[in-house]
Amino acid sequence: MISFQLTEEQEVVREAMREFGQQAMAPIARDCDENSSIPENFLASAWDLGLAFTQVPEEFGGAGERSPITNALLLEELAAGDAALAVAALAPSAFVNAIVDQGTEDQKAEYLPAFCGDTFTTASLACIEPVALGDPAKPRAVAEEKGETFVISGRKSFVLFGDRATHFLVVARNGGGVDAFIVPRDAKGLTISDPELNMGMKGLTTSTLDLEQVEVPAANRLGGDAGCDIRRILDSSRVALAATMLGLSRTVLEFCIPYTKDRVAFDEPISKKQSIAFRMSEMHIEIESMRWLTWKAASEIEQGLDATRSASFAFSYAAEKSMWIADNGIQILGGHGFIREHPVEMWFRHARTISVLEGTISA
Amino acid sequence: MVDFRLSERDKLVLARTRAESEICRTYARFYDENEGDFPPDELPEAEEFYANAAPIPAEELGDSGAPVMGALTQAGQNWGDYSVRMRRTSTAGLGNAALAAAGTPEQNEKWQKLILSMAITEPGCGSDPSRVQTTAELDGDEWVINGEKIFVTTGIRAKGVVIWATLDRSAGRAGIKSFLVEKETPGFDVPHKEKKLGIRADDTAVYVFKDCRIPRGNLLGGNEEIPKGGGSGGFRGVMKTFNMTRPMTAAFGLGIAEAALDFTREHLNEAGIEVDYGAMPSSETGAATKFKQLEALYEASMLTTLRACWLAGAALPNNMESSVCKAHAGSAVRRITQGCIEILGPIGISRDHLIEKWMRDCRITDIYEGTGEIQRLIIARGLLDYTRADLN
Repeated sequence: MISFQLTEEQEVVREAMREFGQQAMAPIARDCDENSSIPENFLASAWDLGLAFTQVPEEFGGAGERSPITNALLLEELAAGDAALAVAALAPSAFVNAIVDQGTEDQKAEYLPAFCGDTFTTASLACIEPVALGDPAKPRAVAEEKGETFVISGRKSFVLFGDRATHFLVVARNGGGVDAFIVPRDAKGLTISDPELNMGMKGLTTSTLDLEQVEVPAANRLGGDAGCDIRRILDSSRVALAATMLGLSRTVLEFCIPYTKDRVAFDEPISKKQSIAFRMSEMHIEIESMRWLTWKAASEIEQGLDATRSASFAFSYAAEKSMWIADNGIQILGGHGFIREHPVEMWFRHARTISVLEGTISA
Repeated sequence: MVDFRLSERDKLVLARTRAESEICRTYARFYDENEGDFPPDELPEAEEFYANAAPIPAEELGDSGAPVMGALTQAGQNWGDYSVRMRRTSTAGLGNAALAAAGTPEQNEKWQKLILSMAITEPGCGSDPSRVQTTAELDGDEWVINGEKIFVTTGIRAKGVVIWATLDRSAGRAGIKSFLVEKETPGFDVPHKEKKLGIRADDTAVYVFKDCRIPRGNLLGGNEEIPKGGGSGGFRGVMKTFNMTRPMTAAFGLGIAEAALDFTREHLNEAGIEVDYGAMPSSETGAATKFKQLEALYEASMLTTLRACWLAGAALPNNMESSVCKAHAGSAVRRITQGCIEILGPIGISRDHLIEKWMRDCRITDIYEGTGEIQRLIIARGLLDYTRADLN
């Protein structure tokens, strides 16, 4: 039965996250971008939101599994505060989600309790590679079975929190298939680069991982002997990124509305010009579209359906439209859009950065 | 709980719609190519289909609510053919919706049993109905109507019309009132059917009113006063009906777009191209990438439509959302059908197939029930908290 009805709990979460996004994130976003760092006290307060904790089942010390719809809602709100800080706050969740969804009981028992403590703890997905037309489902990185171990070689980029992640979930080819392997940061043969210098989402510390004959026990293969379905990891990740782009896009429009009502040209606010007003209508139409595509994919994940089609639509649509919206945000502000005194140029860089994080969708 | 799955009962309703739609499709080309004829009002097969199929009891009309199921069945019918579906047993036109929204109980009692068209557009006024030139003058206990209306949907088959006319041109939109006029009233002439780019089986008429006299009680809603200070209460009442008709017109177009996507997918498969939703541009053909983009566009448009409908079903305001889905679909269906033809090449433009017709048929989506530009105006006013006077 088709319904857009949020639960009361989801409404409450959305409200709380909106407040956190506007009060704890938006005000520090520019400094994080300029300084290429995120303050420790932000990570601590984000950790207190319990974003990872509420994804860990009770038997492993958490508060139960969070609905993917709730996840999309909270990401939209946090990203409306700031996309880079939202991705930082949710970084542990991506790893936790993969373990909860596809890990063996042993893997859950080993890795999940660490995310139920009092201090910010993270582990990161390593699925993107520094190649043009990259496809995370078809990695170049390769794992070879050798006795009771897997030996992994390859290169991963834009790995979040390379400076502090305890583990990396490395996606690599394994024979004819693709698997994910839990690699501890101190694994022999693993080199973690200095922070990458990126155009957008600069607050995030991202690294390139070089894996040279990194040996991990066979038990570190996600899902154990059965392996995992890499699509499920990518589907969740795409929906999360779509929700992030949605929040980012919304914040661009919310900034443009009062700006255009205030800015006068030819004796009237520019918001009264159809060329400006229609552009904002178009932004709104696409923001709505992005939201429902995201919800649909999230609900399919929630129901255990194959969400690959919906997740790919949500991601590719959001990738195209968030870039378009940020681009038009700059145009609406004119010269001011180009000046770092206003946040729009930062959002423009954010948009291009997030929208390539899951590979090239349209060529 | 947020859910996008259809219930079993929803699926039943849509399966029935599909069966009916397949009948309509067999007539699609005939009506398109024989626009000048006035074909029978109802399809014999459709009549038979209805006679043989037991009606679904109201309580079984799906679980997703009347507006949502309405949009899905409209889309399903249009998957078969846009205007042939209009020729199945039909009991209501656009005028009936206006009557339901703004008529008095007595007017509803008397007129609701007739198919009513809605006549707003004139040769010199479309998007801006405040420029309506058709006049209504009170003469004793009768209104005298003079003017010309064009693009009247279901104009031939309708037995009556809700017409917009002004009591006082100098009063602008405040002076505009709606009137109920029965066919065959002296002075009400239907000179011809419009010749169109698409949706040709749909009867679209021209109406001419020359000293057409109707009873004083035929003013819709009964309020003869012209509101002072430019207010337009009655006008707004009629405009409200658009909050449901706009999502439905979006759904009409989306049904056609879905047909085009299905047809194109079949031909891609025939050419050895399977669409893989997990694949990325590095490992698929450009045609597959493009096709998926068109599908995503369809999906986005359909979801905005369902959203507007769901709000209506939940008795929540959906003024902005109705415009959002109408604007989205208006542009999406153009891109989808034109894009499918680009993928198909000569198959796409051949009149041996229906897709060229679908491209023509769905072009109306971005025009009627408020052009895409009008929808953007409405959305912008909502976003900016502006009145009509602030932004036009």
